[in-house]
Formats: sequence, C-alpha cells, structure tokens
Amino acid sequence: MINDVIADESPVAAPVARKRGRAIVVTSGKGGVGKTTTTANLGAALAAGGAAVVLVDADVGLRNLDIVLGLEARVRHHVLDVLEQKVTLDEALVADKRVPKLRLLAAAQTREKDDVDTEGFRGLISSLRDRFDYVLIDCPAGIEKGFTNAIAGADEAIVVCTPEVSAVRDADRVVGLLGENRSIKLIVNRLRPALVKRGKMLSVDDVNGILHLPLLGVIADAPDVIVSTNKGEPVALDPTSPVGETYRAIAQRITGALTTAPEIPRERSFLDKLFGSRR
Amino acid sequence: MLEFLQRFFGRPSSSATAKERLRLVLLSDHLSLAPDVVDALKYDLIEVISRYCDVDVAHCDVTFEHQDKQIAMLANIPILGMRDRAKPPAAPPPAPPPPLAAEPLPLGAAGATALAGAAPATEPVAETPAEPASPPPAKPARKRRRRRPNAAPATNGTTHAVPGTPGLSSI
Repeated sequence: MINDVIADESPVAAPVARKRGRAIVVTSGKGGVGKTTTTANLGAALAAGGAAVVLVDADVGLRNLDIVLGLEARVRHHVLDVLEQKVTLDEALVADKRVPKLRLLAAAQTREKDDVDTEGFRGLISSLRDRFDYVLIDCPAGIEKGFTNAIAGADEAIVVCTPEVSAVRDADRVVGLLGENRSIKLIVNRLRPALVKRGKMLSVDDVNGILHLPLLGVIADAPDVIVSTNKGEPVALDPTSPVGETYRAIAQRITGALTTAPEIPRERSFLDKLFGSRR
Repeated sequence: MLEFLQRFFGRPSSSATAKERLRLVLLSDHLSLAPDVVDALKYDLIEVISRYCDVDVAHCDVTFEHQDKQIAMLANIPILGMRDRAKPPAAPPPAPPPPLAAEPLPLGAAGATALAGAAPATEPVAETPAEPASPPPAKPARKRRRRRPNAAPATNGTTHAVPGTPGLSSI
C-alpha cells in the first residue's frame, strides 16, 4: 500500500537511472538550538517546492521529528526496524498528507544510540539517496555515537547555531568534527534583532566572524515557530508567516534556485512601525 | 536611558563581552593549550629575546588572534636597548612562569596585565620582573598591531618587537 503511494507520487520507482539525491545532515553540537524544527521546515519547504524528500530522525531514543511534523500518530516502524531487517524501507516510511513528496523515517524511541551500527546507517542513507532528491538527517545533540552515525552518510551539513556563546562554541567544535570533505553551511536561528541592536545579543556577523561558514539563512525568534510546533504544522507551509518565508528561501538556496545573500532580520524602526512597513 | 549612558561612557555591551569571551575560549580550544602553557610560551619567548636585547618584561604581551580559520601569535615585546653581543647576558633571566593561576584564561591583554602584577606577589623569591634601572615613563607600549596581509600563518607566528614606541593601551 505504502509502496503504491510512493510509486505514484514520487519518482522513486522510475525505471530509468536517476541522479543520486543529496544527503544533508542538520547538526549543531548543542541541544535545543532548533535542529529538529529546522529539519522539519526545510524538508516541508523542499517537498512543497516539488522535490522528493525524506527526513531521517537520527536521534535514537529521543524521537521528536515525528511530533514536530505532526506525524506522531502514524509512525509504525522506525529506523532500527529497517536496519535489523524487520520491515522493508517502504513499510517504515511515513508519508505526509499535506506535502505528497515528503516522507519521514522515524527514530526508535525505546532503543539507544549505541544500538545503531554506523556502517548500517551509512548504507541506509545511501539507499535513500537512490530514491529521493534530498535526504535530510536530523542529528542528535552531542558528539558521541549518535552524531557519528548521523553524519556518516552525509556529504553536506547544515550547522544550526543560535546567537549564544555556548551554541557558537559547540558549533565550532562540530565544524571541526565534520571534517574538510563535507560542504558545511550555516543557519543562524532564533535571532532577536531588537536585542542585537541594543548590543545585548551576538549579531550574525559576530557568530559568523567565528564560524566562517557560507550563510544559508537567518531565522528570527518568532512566535509563529512555537505555535506551528504546538500544532504539528511546519511553519514553512504557512504562506502568511514571515518565518515560513525565510524557511522557503533557505530551501531555495539549498536547491540553487535562489542565489541572493540571505536577508538578516532587523528591528523595525520607528518610521517603519508608524507607516506599517513589514521590513 | 541607562543603556545609552553606559554606551556613551564606553561600558562594553554584553554582546561585546560575549564576543571577547568566545574569542578567548575558542583560541584555547583550537590551540588545545592549557592557559599555563601559553604563559610558559610567553616566558620562554622573553627569555630568548632577552639574550640579545634588554626587554621591558613587565610590559610584554603575547596574544593569539583568530583570523579566517587561522590563528596568529602576536607578541609585543618592548625593547629598552641592545645588549653587548660580546658579553654574556648579565641581567637575570625573566621570572619563571608563576604557578598555575586560578584564573580560567589568563590570555590576551587582561591576562598579561594580571600576570605582570601577580608575578612578584606570588613569587617573593623571584627576581623583580621589571628592570629597575629604566622604568617605563608612562603607559606600556602596547599597541594593537594588525598582522600584515601576507604574514605567515599560525605555525610561524609574527613577532613585533617595538623599541619603546608609545602606543595605545586599549586593546
């Protein structure tokens, strides 16, 4: 049944040899900076743009990508079931109802990260790359086995960093661990422009003056994100949300459709507020 | 309003403090050097240079700067005069590194001044770090010097020896 759905809606079962998809790990080192939210929203935005996308939750033991996406009730099997060959990949992939080209491979909730074999996970990502345009891997916090597994099959990385000393330090460490052979790009998350203006928060330039990474985008700390997570509806699918627009722009930068430099959220000036400008 | 006044009177913003703290902590992360190793390096450097020159030990400054994935060492070692090469070094060698400081990161400007002040106090038997014959008139000659654009990378650090140049003390 799931097989049929995938065959119909994505180029997965196309008989012709297709270009291998890109495997991108979303990582940060520090926990709580928004890796899962970023993965969910970029996946939704990429799939809404027409790409075949699978999101892989590599946070074994602390499964969360399913609930952020609002797919928690539909998860039947998880990544370890696939690796241990209890079910086929097709049986484990959860299809998103809102975005037909989006799939989720959930993490095991009752297992530990050490239960995952790194080479097995690498092989799984490789086979997903044969079937999807984008494989986004939601990396767990930390730099132990879960991190090693999550980055194993990825040749690209997105580092998510908030403008905090602890997040920047951990991001710097993670960049070192990702090595020279991966393309690494940066998303600065939860920026509060008003605080930056008053010298109370590190600016994007401060953060990237340390990390020196190509900037994919800057996401403002906005209530939309919290509300959408509450509902399990990725904000990237909300056409009215400015933050959703930012996620869509980042997705376009990933595909290469957008080549302009990312916009950095700024505090609205008095005149902007007076005249109702959104900038 | 208070913020404005603080900014007006040059109190650093908390983001500037965060930036500086990050800079220092990443430096030591990257160098994988404990702070006491940086101190030992500084004293060894001074020792070598003082074989040839009279060095203003109290106002030496050794820092590391992070630029484009590289770290450069900046050493500002004020020179009071040249030694006579014919004679063996007469002046006592600079004070040895003090015992492991309790401070987490005595790097950079703050660290250097803390060290210079702390050395005689923590080591009563040690030689006085400053040359009593020629005390510096006023502020130390510690001027922020940018690395030359084609300067050597981290491994071969650049050393600026400044003979008594008056400089800005703010770093």
